[in-house]
Amino acid sequence: MRLSRFLEEKLGALYRAGGRIVGGVYLGKGQEAFAAAMGVQLRMGQDIYGPLIRDQAGRLAFGEPVIETLRTYLGAATGPMKGRDGNIHRGRPRDGYMAMISHLGSLLSVVAGALFARRLKGTLGDSIGATSVGDGATSTGAFHEGMNLAAVEKLPLIVSIANNQYAYSTPNTRQYACENLVDRAKGYGVHGEHVDATDLVSCLTAFRGAAARAKAGEGPQIVVGTLLRLAGHGEHDDASYIPDRKRHTHEARDCIDVAAKFAVQQGWVTEEELVRQMEGIRRLVDQTVAKVSKEPVPDPFKENWQALSTSELVEGQNAS
Amino acid sequence: MSGSITYLEAIREAQYDALRNDPAVFLYGQDINTFGGAFKATKNLGKEFPGRVFDSPISEDAMVGLAIGAAIEGARPIVEMQFADFSSIGFNQIVNQAATLYWRTETHCPVTIRLPSGGTAGSGPFHSQSMEAIYAHYPGLVIVTPATVEDAYWMLLDSVALNDPVIYCEHKFLYYHLKSESTGERSLPIGKARIARPGRHATVVTYSAMVHDAIRAAEELQLDGYQIEVVDLRSVKPMDTDTILGSVARTGRLLAVGEAFPWGGVTAEVISRVASEGFHLLDAPPMRLNAKDTPIPYHPNLWKAHRPTVSSIAGALRSLLRY
Ligand SMILES: Cc1ncc(C[n+]2csc(CCOP(=O)(O)OP(=O)(O)O)c2C)c(N)n1
Ligand SMILES: [Mg+2]
Repeated sequence: MRLSRFLEEKLGALYRAGGRIVGGVYLGKGQEAFAAAMGVQLRMGQDIYGPLIRDQAGRLAFGEPVIETLRTYLGAATGPMKGRDGNIHRGRPRDGYMAMISHLGSLLSVVAGALFARRLKGTLGDSIGATSVGDGATSTGAFHEGMNLAAVEKLPLIVSIANNQYAYSTPNTRQYACENLVDRAKGYGVHGEHVDATDLVSCLTAFRGAAARAKAGEGPQIVVGTLLRLAGHGEHDDASYIPDRKRHTHEARDCIDVAAKFAVQQGWVTEEELVRQMEGIRRLVDQTVAKVSKEPVPDPFKENWQALSTSELVEGQNAS
Repeated sequence: MSGSITYLEAIREAQYDALRNDPAVFLYGQDINTFGGAFKATKNLGKEFPGRVFDSPISEDAMVGLAIGAAIEGARPIVEMQFADFSSIGFNQIVNQAATLYWRTETHCPVTIRLPSGGTAGSGPFHSQSMEAIYAHYPGLVIVTPATVEDAYWMLLDSVALNDPVIYCEHKFLYYHLKSESTGERSLPIGKARIARPGRHATVVTYSAMVHDAIRAAEELQLDGYQIEVVDLRSVKPMDTDTILGSVARTGRLLAVGEAFPWGGVTAEVISRVASEGFHLLDAPPMRLNAKDTPIPYHPNLWKAHRPTVSSIAGALRSLLRY
């Protein structure tokens, strides 16, 4: 969680410094506990993960190395996306790590499809899939269709809904009319839970339970977490539309502070250890930024401009 | 270019005037009310016209459906897609519901759908698309692609006044980069192309932001003594074949330029019309220049090589003139 926060702060700084990151930077500040709690349920290489905008902490928990984030944001030719796509639009689908497109809700059915195929092949075992959306993405047809389809197919899929109360500037009141998004679970015929997403322990309990039920054949699991987006929609956005009073509510608590305080109280970790850990985090991120900065960027003359894997079928100007 | 009104402000102005002039107009789209839209094309309109500017849920299919239903009841909605790319989610409602309504039922469908279109550096495959050709393929839609501040303003007002569904493709790169003294006078109607720069050695037919790149390429060739005519299509459907043929009759050479993907599309349509109706006018095989046949890349190095540029347009013109 703290690595995620520090890494994202670094991305924000690189973006604001100008030149280094072109396009946008989208942070998961405040959503680390909820995202990480899902990520740690998953086993890289065995489970299928389809993260979205605010899942940096989940990606790290799933096992994505820090360098993949930086290579993608900095557009390095060495990265998983080779500079073809950027920022949060990254993954390694062949390793069960899906690369989101921007169109919200679109990944849910894709993760479902991967699970479906494994079941067909007889290789599903106790693998599960997990994907996330925000409150806004629940308004898409793709979310509804995917959710219903996964329920009909009774797939072992966890769907997390991070209700951070805003979709860009749009508040919940203009997004949905049910009382709590978890009410939708009943309509889809799936199990749903609602947690305080600022509390790591509640998040871990909820996702652990969801994973166990999915593995036990109980079908899709919805976990709704309530929190507040503690950053702008992207680093270009000051989020001035979020009223001040919201920033002083329970939902606006910083999940990292809450978790750190709890861990110290329980005697799991000391303040000194936390400080030392932070030094390690800083070193790792800084060294990785330095390393990636020296890596090659894509060269249009060396680029393979082929959108098809079947080279013989690539036409005209793009054929090599 | 100097001036006091940007392309983006012209779009806002047009919506302001549409709302003021006709109580049947309302705006529907994501984050467009208090926030004023992702690009601020509706800044303050919610305050100035209470109850007529609505934040929609993230539901493009339903947003277009709602607009069609409202239009049937006599409203004249303007729908803002946050990015053209997301209109693919509303595709079914646009091409099957809106586009067929009049033909099937003789019911008017005065819906305007605004698509923030085209590439900007770092925007990647899903925030950069130009979708005019895909909509133009369907009967029953009008597709406009304004390239100037004046057209951005007047063509949006004209779109709202039309009793047919209009896909209004506004180019994101022009939003802040293009300025003019004022929105000017109403000049040409939708369906008429414009000679953006007169010439006699070759014709470039293009539209939207590429008009400006083509003009700069023409300026470059002028240094070598060539007069290049640039035709701005303004609306890609209907396409003003007469103006295109008239220009090719003067120059004998044609280059069609578009920022969209190369398969089919607007440039192919231009070439096919000239080849079939004006073959005798041509002194050289007609040429076309488009983006590459891959998704639109994120990294600026790749992005710049993916799309036509001033220098690639100039290069294409040189080989066209050498023929
Ligand atoms: C289909 C579609 N429409 C519009 C957008 C533009 N868009 C990107 S993020 C966003 C808001 C998303 O809100 P939410 O789902 O609540 O996620 P959050 O950003 O709050 O994490 C919008 C409207 C999009 N990506 N996809
Ligand atoms: Mg949200």
